[in-house]
Amino acid sequence: MAKTLTIALAGNPNSGKTTIFNNLTGGHQKVGNWPGVTVEKKEGTATHNDYTIRVVDLPGTYSLTAYSQEEIIARNHIINEKPDLVVDVIDASNLERNLYLASQLIDLGVKLVFALNMIDVAQARGQIIEHEQLSLLMGVPCIPTVGSKNEGTRELLEAIIRVAEDRESITRHIHIDYGRELEGEIATLQGSIRAAQPSMDEHHARWMGIKLLENDEEVNKAIEKKPRTKVVLNQLKHSTEHLQKILGDDPETLIADRRYGFIHGALTETLRHTRKDRRYFSDRVDTVLTNRLLGFPIFIFFIWAMFQLTFNLGSYPMAWIDAGVGLLAQFVGGLMGEGLLKGLIVDGIISGVGGVAVFLPNIFILFFCIALFEDTGYMARAAFIMDKIMHTLGLHGKSFIPMIMGFGCNVPAIMATRVLESRRDRILTMLINPLISCSGRLPIYVLIAGALFGARAGNVIFSIYLIGIAMAILMGQIFKRTLFRGEIAPFVLELPPYRMPTLRGTLIHMWERGSIFIKKMGGVILVGSIVVWALSSFPQTVDYSRDYEAQKGRIHEEYAVVIQGAEQEQAATLAEEKDRKIAEVETLRKREFQEKSLLGRLGKGIAPVLRPLGFDWRAGVALLTGFVAKEIVVSTFGVLYQVGGEAGEESESLRAAISKNMTPLVGYAFMIFVLAYTPCVATVAVIRRESGSWGWTGFAVGYGIALAWILAFLIYQGGMLLGLG
Amino acid sequence: MAVRKLSELRNRERGIIVRITGTGRFRQRLMEMGFVPGAEIIVEKYAPLKDPIEYVLKGYHVSLRHEEAERVLVRGAEEEEKED
Repeated sequence: MAKTLTIALAGNPNSGKTTIFNNLTGGHQKVGNWPGVTVEKKEGTATHNDYTIRVVDLPGTYSLTAYSQEEIIARNHIINEKPDLVVDVIDASNLERNLYLASQLIDLGVKLVFALNMIDVAQARGQIIEHEQLSLLMGVPCIPTVGSKNEGTRELLEAIIRVAEDRESITRHIHIDYGRELEGEIATLQGSIRAAQPSMDEHHARWMGIKLLENDEEVNKAIEKKPRTKVVLNQLKHSTEHLQKILGDDPETLIADRRYGFIHGALTETLRHTRKDRRYFSDRVDTVLTNRLLGFPIFIFFIWAMFQLTFNLGSYPMAWIDAGVGLLAQFVGGLMGEGLLKGLIVDGIISGVGGVAVFLPNIFILFFCIALFEDTGYMARAAFIMDKIMHTLGLHGKSFIPMIMGFGCNVPAIMATRVLESRRDRILTMLINPLISCSGRLPIYVLIAGALFGARAGNVIFSIYLIGIAMAILMGQIFKRTLFRGEIAPFVLELPPYRMPTLRGTLIHMWERGSIFIKKMGGVILVGSIVVWALSSFPQTVDYSRDYEAQKGRIHEEYAVVIQGAEQEQAATLAEEKDRKIAEVETLRKREFQEKSLLGRLGKGIAPVLRPLGFDWRAGVALLTGFVAKEIVVSTFGVLYQVGGEAGEESESLRAAISKNMTPLVGYAFMIFVLAYTPCVATVAVIRRESGSWGWTGFAVGYGIALAWILAFLIYQGGMLLGLG
Repeated sequence: MAVRKLSELRNRERGIIVRITGTGRFRQRLMEMGFVPGAEIIVEKYAPLKDPIEYVLKGYHVSLRHEEAERVLVRGAEEEEKED
């Protein structure tokens, strides 16, 4: 009969935990989120002999305190879900610090296997680890592995099964010795915890005692919920005061100190350095990449290259997808008769979802680049170089990537906030990112600035971008001081050695993130597109002011007569003329339909709100359709200003219509409004997805609109006062 | 013996950690990252804009902002050897 096991994978960030996970599960995995939070959760299955092993990847943590979401998730999973055993992935070339987490896992009293990963790096650095001796000292089998070469995976699986079946002779529960004074207090606390809850086993009670002395909020809360807590908490107060008095430091420090003491003791017996020189290849690479003079130029080059790859290389598959969507719409449209269903499927669903599907190449290339930065270790250096600048904006060094990506498209940019560890930094970056003007907004600027500012259009557009950056900085400062006060997460950034990434690992990394985009965003965008389609196509029957169909019929008849009487060459020209005239009438009809559709009525409804900004109802409708995507604003203007055919931002007739209907002042206010309000429905969906909160999503949309209105108001009214109107 | 702030150490200078001032999350995080009393710490380099600062501690590299390094107290590594 097949036997099953559940194991959890713990480990420090940068310990190669992900590669071990991929090796164990063969890359077959389920990516999701931990319940209620947006920390990624990965699960996969490994098979060995007659065992099916479910592998749960815990968030990478340095410790198991209650200070970060990741640590609480990892700890609660181990305590509450009770996996059969825990595998701690340890970076063998950075043993001392990695064993700190291991020592906490030992305290937890769970079954353990240690994977001494990257043992080849340790050897190359002249660090000889007596892993068998280390296993005996820790009471946990230590298995050397090389994740990048898939070495040691089999041995690891065998050790897992041996420990799970209680056949491993090495396994024993050791007590880390915290010294006489501390041990005394731990034992007393352990006693009072067990007296209060007799069902608790002694290891767990000891662990709780240690955690209480460490001033752990979560354990403290857990104790408070249980009966007879007074005794325990009084004892804790007494113990803490006692230790403080005799050892002159708080128990938290003493415990951390003792843990490192235990590790140091174990390593003096098991780790030898054969090399005096502790300067490694990685350090030499770093003297160039983070050099005082070269660091910035190199960094800017990498970012430039990423930008180019994402948006230029990405533009080819983008065009294919766009063409494919067009063909699909045509094909499906051809199969169906005219009617509501066709409109829903072709104009609503296909063009709506297709409009987002075109971003997929961008997103995948971007995530490939980011995965490469992370897997090589360069991301940490980029944060190191940029932190001073970003910190003055109230952000973390790593926020630079999402901010710069925003110039291309805010959707992948907001997804790139995943590189940030602290939730505060992530939300703050998401909130101000839409102010970075994306490429979708450029056609609007080109149209309006081109129509109204002539030769100065370039400078005008540049000023809009600069205002966007200035607003991002300003709003960042405001949010930092109002919404995000309180303790800032410590920077304390590890700079891991540079590593050669594996193509497979980087691709898996890219896929994990890209596939989330596809799966989770599809629904929101589908609904959004259908809503806008419905608003612009209902009510179905409109009371037209003129009989457009009759008009078309008349043109048809008139030309039929003329064409028949004409010679062949002339007939072709006349037929073209006829088609053009019919198209003109059709545009007029569409315009009136737009005006009388729900969307048009909405546009007229919000017109009073927009009047102080100098916008007419057409601008209102254009801004409403802009919620779906900024690219649509230009074509909406095309329809509303009765310009037939393809209305692009370069269209002369559209420019002429704009310059007749807008003053330069109104045009500038309009562009600023476009800059500041919600970029598109996809951005809203991605903020919802990444923040995990409708509250923050609503806030992002709301403050964007408010800011847009205020800025446009100041520009328009200020300009009028100065006599610029 | 002269106790200084970690932020006052110059490039390539060594120190022995004496104490971390402050409380809560910051202090705990630093300690679990190996900033425990008695640990040797070396200034590896300053970032191009002088902040943050990269250190070598317990055989790995870690960076702190200037304002964080101000909260770590160190003494000279040479004094340690004299005492021994």
